[in-house]
Amino acid sequence: MTEPTSTASGAIALDGETAARTRKRFPFRLEIDPSRKESPWWMTIVSVVLALLACAIFFAANGKNPWAVYEKMWTGAFTTSFGITETLVKAIPLLLCGLGVSIAYRISVWNIGAEGQFAAGAIAAAAVTIYFPHLPLYATIPLMLVFAIAAGGIWGALTALPKTYFQVNELITSLMLNYVALLLLDYLVFGPWKDPKGFNFPGTPMFTASQSLPVLGDTRLHLGLIFALIAVALYAFVIRFTRWGYELRLIGANPEAARNAGIHIKRHILIVMIMSGALAGVAGMSEVSGVTHRLMDGISPGYGYTAIIVAWIAKLHPVGLVISSVLFGGLIVGGYSVQTMGLPSSISNMLQGAILFFLIAGNMISKFRLSRNG
Amino acid sequence: MDFITQLLVAALSSGTPLLFATLGGILIERSGIIQLGAEGLMLMGAVVAAITFIHTGSLGLTLLAVVAIGAALGWVHSFLTVTLRTNQIVSGLAMTLFGTGLSAYIGKSITGIPIPRAVPKVNLDFLDGVPVLGPLFAHLDLLTWISFALVIAAHLFIHRTSWGLHLRALGDNPPTADVMGIPVQLFRYGCVIAGSMLIGLAGADMLLVYSPTWIEGMTAGRGWIAVALIIFARWNPLRAMFCAYFFGMMDTIGFKIQLIGSAIPSYFLKMIPYIVTILVLMYLGYRNRNKPSGSPEALGTPYIREQRF
Repeated sequence: MTEPTSTASGAIALDGETAARTRKRFPFRLEIDPSRKESPWWMTIVSVVLALLACAIFFAANGKNPWAVYEKMWTGAFTTSFGITETLVKAIPLLLCGLGVSIAYRISVWNIGAEGQFAAGAIAAAAVTIYFPHLPLYATIPLMLVFAIAAGGIWGALTALPKTYFQVNELITSLMLNYVALLLLDYLVFGPWKDPKGFNFPGTPMFTASQSLPVLGDTRLHLGLIFALIAVALYAFVIRFTRWGYELRLIGANPEAARNAGIHIKRHILIVMIMSGALAGVAGMSEVSGVTHRLMDGISPGYGYTAIIVAWIAKLHPVGLVISSVLFGGLIVGGYSVQTMGLPSSISNMLQGAILFFLIAGNMISKFRLSRNG
Repeated sequence: MDFITQLLVAALSSGTPLLFATLGGILIERSGIIQLGAEGLMLMGAVVAAITFIHTGSLGLTLLAVVAIGAALGWVHSFLTVTLRTNQIVSGLAMTLFGTGLSAYIGKSITGIPIPRAVPKVNLDFLDGVPVLGPLFAHLDLLTWISFALVIAAHLFIHRTSWGLHLRALGDNPPTADVMGIPVQLFRYGCVIAGSMLIGLAGADMLLVYSPTWIEGMTAGRGWIAVALIIFARWNPLRAMFCAYFFGMMDTIGFKIQLIGSAIPSYFLKMIPYIVTILVLMYLGYRNRNKPSGSPEALGTPYIREQRF
């Protein structure tokens, strides 16, 4: 085991009998090629196509024609102007949450709490409308933004502080906090913040025009798109051109080297988690203020979880994030449009999970090489 | 029954699914593989149990189907992590997302249908008059007794058999285990598949015994609590039992407080298990700050013979 190089003779020295047996049975074998670091870009497309094919089995088993299902999803999401704007509307929270988790994954902090941070931002934005109901538009929107950033940031810090001071696994903390945030949201919309004139609907009163994000023309596309694009540009700039971004990349590549270089890793984890939470918080704010115009039960169809896949499929790359968030926005809209065929919209969750499976498998497979035994 | 006894009884019934899932997780993590797909596996176990039981009415077939789906999903996870050596965390997340989506999809038609009592009770009538033991153990269902047996079996397997020794060697130091002649990859496959079966059974237990109606996302984070329980239990089956019942109690304590009539809104009471999970993990982190956590040393690292990278 002291031999770091990868040769077949190493195996024989290690366990001659087994290796000899293996060699007799298989003329070739798979091994990881250490020189291949990145998988080619087309592997992503192959993985997505394979995932769609795998899920086609489930549709076929349910008596649906898979081709018809996918065609319906595609036409629903990408061919009509309504579908396209809806897809972009869904892509906004995905992009913001995806950016949030990407920045955490850069330094291997597994934030899966974007869902809760999204809810925290949405609650904070609604709080502005409850406690400062009569402010004009140019005061309300910035105030909402500040509140949402603070709330998302606090929710992110609640994950980071146990990690940095008590070595608590952030996966568990961030996920537990999702449930806490969603229960808090439910409490507010079923309890103190419920619209008194809302016929018992679990939601706050509708936002007034001065509490809603401006929209483009008569579509539902709102100012949140600009927030998201600015955030992407900032992310790309910070990661590539600033000292802080360099430190993040260094921590991600080699935490040990980063620590030896004098980088304060705990502080970085805290700052990154606050930023990650703040971005998801902005997503929550833009969703309540731009789309639903009220805080209500079930405000997110799992944006925070889909964002994890958005980030992975993009390999944390800013341009990739834009493309993948539009694709997954389309997947959500397509999931709604197949409801007319009697399929539940949760099929988009199933497709997302399958895509992630094939994606990570594809990434690894392209790092393997086939070599001749013996 | 007084309040404390009621609480213990409730802890036992809501702790049993957690116990199955934690035992499965311990078995998987002892072999050095991280399994974060517990939530998805439990949901798949629950929905398969619901569908099979509604259509066949046979408990044996139901459990068989649950074990089969657990094995199939466990095979997917082990193929990805052991053979392809993908990131174990991401593979587990994919399992959770996929399981959540697929269970909602295939369970659509049976949502809200109450499941008739499926699991027979083991009646120990001689315990009926005994104060605490009576209400606790006299009329437990079969799956709870199976979970007791599994705890003891897992403890004996891990700490008293030569295969258990191999398993511990494998989780701490795969190269050494390999030199000892243990088939590392095969053993890991076996552990992940067997553990995933147990996690699937956790979902089935939850559906058949604890809340007998299929609802989308019915596990509500219990799979993740089981992941946390593995850490509380320090990868030890006997501790897992006490941790699972403690969390079972936390799960029901809010409901019990509501019953005696308190002014706290139920939404806050429902937060208790999640917040307690975080607080207990923080306490453990503080107490064990200078000690090893007890986790298998090679947890999360794929093993590749003759290659290091």
